Amino acid sequence: MNTPTDLFYTESDEWLRREDDGLVTLGITDYAQGELGEIVYLELPEVGTSIVAGGSFGVAESVKAVGELHSPIAGEVVAANTDATENPGVVNESPFENGWMIRLKPSEELDTSSLMSAEQYAALRA
Amino acid sequence: MLNSPSLEPLLFELSDPGSASDYLPPLDVPEAPLPFATRAELDIPEVDEHSVVRHFTRLSQNTFSIDTHFYPLGSCTMKYNPKLNEAVAAMPGFASVHPLQAETTSQGWLEVLFRAQEVLAKIAGLDACTVQPLAGAQGEFCGLLMIRAYHNARGEADKRRRIVVPDSAHGTNPASAARCGYAVTTVKSNAEGGVDMDAMRAALKDDVAAVMITNPNTLGVFEAQIEELCTLAHENGALVYMDGANMNAILGQARPGDMGVDVMHYNVHKTFSTPHGGGGPGAGPVAVRSILEPFLPVPHVIQAESGEFAWDWDRPDAVGSLHGFRGNSGVILRALTYILRHGGEGLRQVSSDAVLSANYILARLKGTYETANPNGCKHECVLSASKLRSQYGVSAWDIAKRLPDYGFHAPTVYFPTIVKESMMIEPTETETKATLDAFCEAMLAIAEEAKNDPDLLHRAPLTMPVGRLDEANAAKCLNLCWTTPQAEEACESDGEPKREIAGAPTY
Repeated sequence: MNTPTDLFYTESDEWLRREDDGLVTLGITDYAQGELGEIVYLELPEVGTSIVAGGSFGVAESVKAVGELHSPIAGEVVAANTDATENPGVVNESPFENGWMIRLKPSEELDTSSLMSAEQYAALRA
Repeated sequence: MLNSPSLEPLLFELSDPGSASDYLPPLDVPEAPLPFATRAELDIPEVDEHSVVRHFTRLSQNTFSIDTHFYPLGSCTMKYNPKLNEAVAAMPGFASVHPLQAETTSQGWLEVLFRAQEVLAKIAGLDACTVQPLAGAQGEFCGLLMIRAYHNARGEADKRRRIVVPDSAHGTNPASAARCGYAVTTVKSNAEGGVDMDAMRAALKDDVAAVMITNPNTLGVFEAQIEELCTLAHENGALVYMDGANMNAILGQARPGDMGVDVMHYNVHKTFSTPHGGGGPGAGPVAVRSILEPFLPVPHVIQAESGEFAWDWDRPDAVGSLHGFRGNSGVILRALTYILRHGGEGLRQVSSDAVLSANYILARLKGTYETANPNGCKHECVLSASKLRSQYGVSAWDIAKRLPDYGFHAPTVYFPTIVKESMMIEPTETETKATLDAFCEAMLAIAEEAKNDPDLLHRAPLTMPVGRLDEANAAKCLNLCWTTPQAEEACESDGEPKREIAGAPTY
C-alpha cells in the first residue's frame, strides 16, 4: 500500500496536503480507491462552496459501492478537480497526484493534531 | 466477454421485413392521415410470432430466478412465491372487479384490504395499518410524513429536523430521511454489531424527529437493547421508525410494537412471498401506534357497524394520498393469502425455519470464511472474503461471479459496507436442507479454487452465456437502447455515451 509521508490522513481514508500558498488539497487514499474498485462517478462541490469540519464534500461511486467524501477541516472550496470528475478513473490510477479532489482555503489555521501521519495511517490499514 | 457464440440476438437483429404477423381486420372506415408516425414509417423490428415467442422463452431460460435457482440474496428475502397466491389473485371475483366499481359490489375486495390492515397491525403489535404505500420505500416516505405530521400537531415540526440512523440500518433509511428533507445523523455500531448506545445517547438531541432502525439489523443481529433505545428516543420526544425488511426473522416471535416502535413498514415481497417483480407492482404497508393513526393516508378501508366495508376519504388529519389510485391491491391479496394459509403458528414456523437455515449455512462456512456473526445470526449471515483476498487475491466479487457456474445466484456482496469483502447470505425458510448443503459445498469448493487457481475465479463465470462484464464501462457508457454497431464502437473508443440511435424512436 502506497502512503506518501508528506501527507496527513483521516480515519475515513482521505488525505490532506498543506500547500505552500496556505491552501489544503484533499483526496482519497490508495487504500480507499482499492477498496472502492474502479470509480465510475465522482461528484465534487462548486468553487466557492463552504465545507464544515467533518462534513461531506462529495461522492465517489464505484460498481461496488457509493462512498461519501469527508473533510476533517472547515473551509471554502477554491478549486475542484474537473479532470477527475470527467474521468474518475484517474483517482484509481493516481490517488495522491492527478486524482486529487478539492483545494480548500481553511477557515482557521490547520490543526493537524486530530489527523494521522503516514505511519499511523499505514498501521491502521495494515 | 462472450462465453457462448450463440448469445440470443436482439429483436432488431431478428427483424425480417414483411414477416410480422398482422391480425388487424381490413380497414372498414374512411382512410385519414394520422397525426403521428405509423408503424410502417418507424424502424420497428418485424418478426413473426413464433420467433418472438422463442426469443423471449430463450431469454427467460437464460435468467436466474427463484423458480429456477437458489437465490440467497441477503437482505432481499428471496423466498419461494407459492403458486396458490397467483391462483387466488386470478379468481374472477378479484381479477374482474374494477377499482372504481361501487362499494356495494366490491365488498369482497374491500374486506381483503380491511383484513390485511387488521392482521398486519396485529403482527406488528401496533394499533392500525395502511396498505396504501406502493413499495417499501414509499412506506418509509409515508411513515416519515406521519412523523412530521405528528410533530407538527405538537408545534415541534420546525424544531425537529433531524433523523438518527444507525450504520447497520438499511441503506434506504438515510436516503428516505434525506429525501424528505431531514438532516441525517449516523450512529456507529458496537463490537457486537448492535447500536452503540453511548453514541445514540449523544446523537439524541432535542432536534431529533425520529430514530430509524432496522431490527434485526443488516448484520442479521437482533438489537438486544431495542427497548432501552425506544425509551431513550421517547424521553427525548422523538419517535421510533422500524424498517420491517427483516421481519422474516421475527415473524410471530416478537412484535415491534412491544419493543417500543411507533411506526414500521413491511416489505410484503420479502416477508409475505409476493413477487419481487423487477420494479413491478409492490406494496409497503405501514403499521402505526394509535398516536399516529389520525395521520394515516387516504383512502383507508373501514367497516361500518352494519358490517359493510367502505373507503374512508374523510380523514382531516391524513397526510394525503400516496398515489392517484387505490394501491396495489393485487399484491396485498397475495400477502393476505400467504398469511391466512400459514396462520399464526405457521408464521412462527416461517421465522424459526428461516433463522435455522441461516445459522446452518453460517455453521458450515464459518471455518472457511470469516464472519460478522461469531455468536450466530437471525435470518441472514454475513461472511467475509477478507482472508482469501489478502492471501490469494480473490475477492467477494470473484466468488459472486463464480457461484452461477455452480448453479446458484450470488449472495449480496459489499453490503453491509461496515464489513470488508462482505457476502450477505439469506437462505429463507423455503429451501430444503439438500439445497443448503449443495450451496455450502459450492462455497467450500470455491475457497479451494481460490488457493489452487485464483485466476480461474478472476475470469468467472465460465459457463454462463456471458462472462465477466466490464461493469465500470457499462456504468460510464450507460446505453439502454439498441444502437448501430458504429455508435457502440464510438462509445468504446472515447468513453462518451452515444444517444443518437439510427432510425429508433425517441422517448
